Amino acid sequence: MSKTHIVVNWTTCVGHGMCAELVPELIRLDDWGYPIVDPRAVPPELEAHVKRAVEMCPTLALLVQETN
Amino acid sequence: MARTAVEPAVTSLSAHTLPRLLPHDDVRGLGPFLDHFGTRPRGSAALIGEVERAGLRGHGGAGFPTATKMAAVARGRRRAVVVVNATEGEPMSTKDKAMCSVAPHLVLDGAALAAEAVGAPDIVVCVDRHARATLQSLHRAIAERATYTSERVGFRLEAAPNRYVAGEETALVHWLNGGDAKPTFVPPRPFEKGVNGRPTLVQNAETLAHLALIARFGARWFRGLGTADDPGSSLVTVAGAVGQSGVYEIPLGLPLRDMLGSAGGSFDKTRAVLIGGYFGGWLPVDAARPLTLDGTTLRNAGSAFGCGVVVALPHQTCGLVESASVARWLANENAGQCGPCMNGLPAIAHAMDALVAGDRNGNAQKHLERWIAMVSGRGACKHPDGTARFVASTVTTFAEEIEDHRRGRCRRSHSTRLLATPAPGGWR
Repeated sequence: MSKTHIVVNWTTCVGHGMCAELVPELIRLDDWGYPIVDPRAVPPELEAHVKRAVEMCPTLALLVQETN
Repeated sequence: MARTAVEPAVTSLSAHTLPRLLPHDDVRGLGPFLDHFGTRPRGSAALIGEVERAGLRGHGGAGFPTATKMAAVARGRRRAVVVVNATEGEPMSTKDKAMCSVAPHLVLDGAALAAEAVGAPDIVVCVDRHARATLQSLHRAIAERATYTSERVGFRLEAAPNRYVAGEETALVHWLNGGDAKPTFVPPRPFEKGVNGRPTLVQNAETLAHLALIARFGARWFRGLGTADDPGSSLVTVAGAVGQSGVYEIPLGLPLRDMLGSAGGSFDKTRAVLIGGYFGGWLPVDAARPLTLDGTTLRNAGSAFGCGVVVALPHQTCGLVESASVARWLANENAGQCGPCMNGLPAIAHAMDALVAGDRNGNAQKHLERWIAMVSGRGACKHPDGTARFVASTVTTFAEEIEDHRRGRCRRSHSTRLLATPAPGGWR
């Protein structure tokens, strides 16, 4: 079964911080407002929230990657 | 007696002796080069297997298995491109410049062989645009090959920007495609989509020289030097508290003690050793004593072989001051693309300056430790990770110096500038 992980495209992220608002369980912000992502697989109950955060990112810098 | 050009004078170099890459004879011209090394075979897919059996790894810094990269490029559907990476952005390293100046044809042979093996008609040779002698040497060698060989691959020489991260393979590809020499988000990696969108094999210059020897003499020969896990020889650049700084060729696994000894140095004259370049890190002399120069040993010791830099810091030079200036330089070398690196590295450099100024209440050191952990793994390339490793090793290696600065009693030299911090160039 495949799992999903959150990935940040660092060259496009400008630190809006929207993702940390939407999925505080997995994403917090560093001292400069950029996301620090929980490296573990996204738990099923948070998948909908992560999907929303990915869609809402103003610079489309938040991605989910499937890993086997 | 006159020698005919048909029969190569050399059928094999000894498997167990040095030098391999940097012969004592002058082999800059194609004639003398062929006299010394013999003619090369044609590259084919079988060469990839031979390179794998040889256990060749990249000598640019990351130490990635060369055959794995070649196989990935060869699998691509479009015609491939080979990029020779002789940009050597590491300020303390001069081995690729030496390699390309002493035996340019060995590097070009390796590139041609790799190109034939992965099905690439084109080779782009990238050199730091300030390395005049290297550019000249390769320019002459490429012209000579076009005249005197029947090689089907085409060489193009490019003078690349001299920024620290410009030699990172995605940065180099991005620059060759007309952009800034800045790393790009992966995937796609160059082996999938590189120069002009084609599968691209980016290999360090020294790595290709080794490849040219493996193609001639085989994997068994290659393994005649080095260790089982880190076979072969390597170029290293030695500087600092030694009598004779410069480029040396060593068998991998050479005791660090012997390396310093052959360069006219010793552990006694050394306070700490910087291994692998600015991305490798410092080791206090006592931790360095038992080490051998090979990737496996150094990795286990928390260091890295990197691009083979060895700097012996003399006792009278302040390692904290030297490292603070490198931390500032590394901060200035960030590409301005990724938030954690753009913000974190200047913050780290500032905290390092605070340690030099005397971190009375320990605040700077506390912040430093927080930021080191914060920037790691959070960029398009490994620049923040490498900087973090360098600074972390500074804090542990020079605890005594930090304390002396705190108390305002450091009597070591603060103006040596042993570690080079060259002026930044442009990104194009």
